Parts: sequence; C-alpha cells; structure tokens
Amino acid sequence: MTAVKQVIMGLNGDEAVAYAVKQCNVDVVSAYPITPQTIIVEKISKFVNDGEVDLEFIKVESEHSALSACVGASAAGARTFTATAANGLQLMHEILYITSSLRLPVVMAIANRAPSGPINIHCDHNDSMGARDSGWIQIYSEDAQEAYDNVIQAFRIAEHPDVLLPVMVMMDGFLITHTLQNVSVLDDYAVSEFVGYRRVDMIKVPAIHGDKEVYRMLNPRYPLTFGPLDLFDYYMEHKMQQIETMKNAKKIIKEVHDEYAKLSGRFYGDGFVEPYKADDADFLLVGLGSTMGTVKEVVDDLREEGFKVGSVRVRVFRPFPEESLVPLLRDKTAVGVLDRGISFGSYGQLYLDIAAHLYGRMGPILIDFVYGLGGRDMPPSLIKSVFREIIEAEKNPEPVLRVRGVRG
Amino acid sequence: MSELKGWREIPIGGVVPLSSLEYRTGDWKVFRPVIDEEKCVKCGNCWMFCPDSAIEWDGEGVPKPNYEYCKGCGVCAEECPVKAIKMVR
Repeated sequence: MTAVKQVIMGLNGDEAVAYAVKQCNVDVVSAYPITPQTIIVEKISKFVNDGEVDLEFIKVESEHSALSACVGASAAGARTFTATAANGLQLMHEILYITSSLRLPVVMAIANRAPSGPINIHCDHNDSMGARDSGWIQIYSEDAQEAYDNVIQAFRIAEHPDVLLPVMVMMDGFLITHTLQNVSVLDDYAVSEFVGYRRVDMIKVPAIHGDKEVYRMLNPRYPLTFGPLDLFDYYMEHKMQQIETMKNAKKIIKEVHDEYAKLSGRFYGDGFVEPYKADDADFLLVGLGSTMGTVKEVVDDLREEGFKVGSVRVRVFRPFPEESLVPLLRDKTAVGVLDRGISFGSYGQLYLDIAAHLYGRMGPILIDFVYGLGGRDMPPSLIKSVFREIIEAEKNPEPVLRVRGVRG
Repeated sequence: MSELKGWREIPIGGVVPLSSLEYRTGDWKVFRPVIDEEKCVKCGNCWMFCPDSAIEWDGEGVPKPNYEYCKGCGVCAEECPVKAIKMVR
C-alpha cells in the first residue's frame, strides 16, 4: 500500500531523473550535455523554458565549469543538481574532491558510460568507479523507477545535517537511460513535502565577532572563507571528519530509504543491498546496476533446475555496506562478483571491496567476473554459464579474475 | 597562533569563520607601490587592476594603496599609463 497517489508515466531513465529534479524544489542546475545523459539536460532546460519549474539553469562550456558552478551555487545556499557521464565525469574529477571536502550537498546523476578510448558511448562502470575515492556517496540504480526514487532520496541524504556530503546516483547508460519503462511518479506535493527546502547548516563565529552562529554559506552580511589553504596543521583533521561522516551516513541513508518506502510503497532490500533468494542459497552472484534484474530471471530458472542459487544487488557502494553484505555472503560455498569495471593490473572494483570486507571472516570462495565493458551484452545464457562456474568453484577455484563475454 | 584543535572541534568543510578583510596580507610584500601625485592622471587603472582590491580610490583624486593588504605584486606599476607608480623596497 502506498501513502500517496501515484501516476504511471512512460519514461526512460533520463526523463525519470529530470522529472524527479523538477519535483525536488531545486534552485540551481548547471550541466553540460553528454551522451547518454543528454536527455536529462534537455528535459530540465525544457521544464525551465516552459515555466514548469522555478530554477536557475546555468549554461557552461564544460563539465569542469558545470560542477564548479554547482559548487558556487551550493556554497551560496542553493539546492543544486548536475548530471554527467564518462569523459564528462573525468573532466569534473578535480572538482569532485572539492565538492565533497567543502561538504556541499550537490546531487549528481551519472549515466554510466565506458570511458574513452577507443571512444565508446555504451554502459560500463569504469567512469563512476574512477570517482569511487572522491568522497561522494554513490548509489547504483537497477532501473528507471529506482533512478527516479534515488534522486529524490539523494537530496534528503546529502542535505541532512549529519551528512552534508554530495551524492551520485548512477544508472546504466542506454540500458536504463534510454529504455522506456512504466515509472510510478509521486504527486508533486508529496515529493515537495518529502524533500522540503534546503536548510543551510550553521557555523560558530569567533568571540571577537560576537560568539554567535551564522549560516555556513557565502553571504555578504557575514563573509566566510571557503576553500582556504589547509596544510599539515589541519588538513588531516578535515579528512578525519569526512571519514567519520561517511561511516555515520549509513544511518541516514537507511532512515531516508525507509521513510520513502512508507511514502511510495517501494523499497530496495534494506536500503543498501537487495538480496534475491539469497538466504538458503549456496551460490551467489553479487553485482551492481541493471544486470542484476536479468540475474534474478536466471536465478529463477536455475532454481527450477534444482540449483541452490541466489543473487545480491549492491545499491549503495559508498559508504560500503559491509554490515548488510558480509552476513549474506559469509556462509556461502562460493560467490561470484559481477564487475562491469576493472582496475587494470588488479581486479574489478566491487570484487576488491568485497574481498577486503570478507578478509579474515571465513568467507566463501570468491571469483571475480568482469563483463559488459563498453556495453557488451550480458544475456541470460552468459549469466547462466557464470553461475555454472560458481557452482563448480570448489573444483576449479582458479583463476580468480575471469573476463566473460570476450572473444578469445 | 592558538593551540591546534581536534577534528571534532573545528568547522566542517575547512570553512573559516573569517573574511579576507581579516587576513592582513600586507606583510607579504618586499616592494610597495608609491604613487607620484604630480604625474598621476587619476585614470583609475591601478584601482581597477589591483588583484586584491588594495588600492582605494574615491573616483576623483589620486588613488591610495592600502599597505595593510597590498602584497606588493606590482601589477599597478606595470599598468600605469603614465609611469606614475614606483615599486619601492
């Protein structure tokens, strides 16, 4: 049962994200179009042009400028949104760290696309994985519906006074961004009430200025210094704040997810990971994004054939949900990790995190399957053969890194 | 300098609850600009070019460098069209 009225609209992932932004009382959007995110920018510009939304759209000449404009707007107290993909995200790289370290709650949608080169416009996760260490919260969506839901939740998470960190909402390029889907859209007022308006946090000013609290924002009435030189005397203290906040953000992510679930009737596992027939399974596949929808189908097929298999989709990748994930994986015979990205010279990024968090906990045999780079198809038949490899992992535990769906 | 604080005590985001007015950057300089009042044509070029807004000007008279903030970069002397500004040690 849902608490509010919803209508079903035919939207692709990009349109669903743009629609969510329209409903979220956003003040400033600055973005530069790049395939497969372009529709988000087009839709938001159209909403602004048609007077359907009251926000400032700042046109810029590059992604570096887009995120810089968002940093300025967010520091001035605005609720701020941007969106990009692949090479655009790489051009933003410098500002990613600045956004998170200035503790500005910018929300960004990523249409996952393989980084160049050779030039490719289709889905893999190497772009957002490249931003893994930048201090942003990362949430991966499975479909257009979830992308819509995640953007709405992202504003609440980012702006929560105990968090104040930027949030990235990922969706697979083309597979989600350009695929039309029935999306249940909440009532405008319900979303507006859920996200509210941005409340800027306070900062204490020194005794010589009257021992009072002022808004932590750019304000001519009480000017503050943002982004000063911060060397060996204080830099590490500021990083410690980020480390602790990332850890504590899990509580808020959970709260916001549960509250939204009550409102919309939609929930995604416990908010961090979404297990599917995982409890009594001996063999699991763990992964991110749209592929995990197909994996559920294959799990059903293999269950009918009598194999005790299941799957777990990781929704929140940063902060990494070890409390939710480790108990699910610990007692299994073998677990395959589906990685749509690769750290060249090592393993896929999801595998690295799972292996690190399972270390010393008597975990299962862990095998890394790298798949789908540059949008290479991951059909049910290939997922099935990956499951077969996991089932036989006790006999054949080597090699750990297996690239599947590539010609030999 | 006061005693260094721990991470729980300092504002988040590296934000400093002070404005640039409170950073007296004047003691950075080696050379200071001195304006020759006879030569000055009161065009305001130096006031416009100063990267630290450290030159004060009422729009009519001879501009006056504020040595509390002037870092001594010499941009004003370079830009003065009548060479009325000298950098003095």
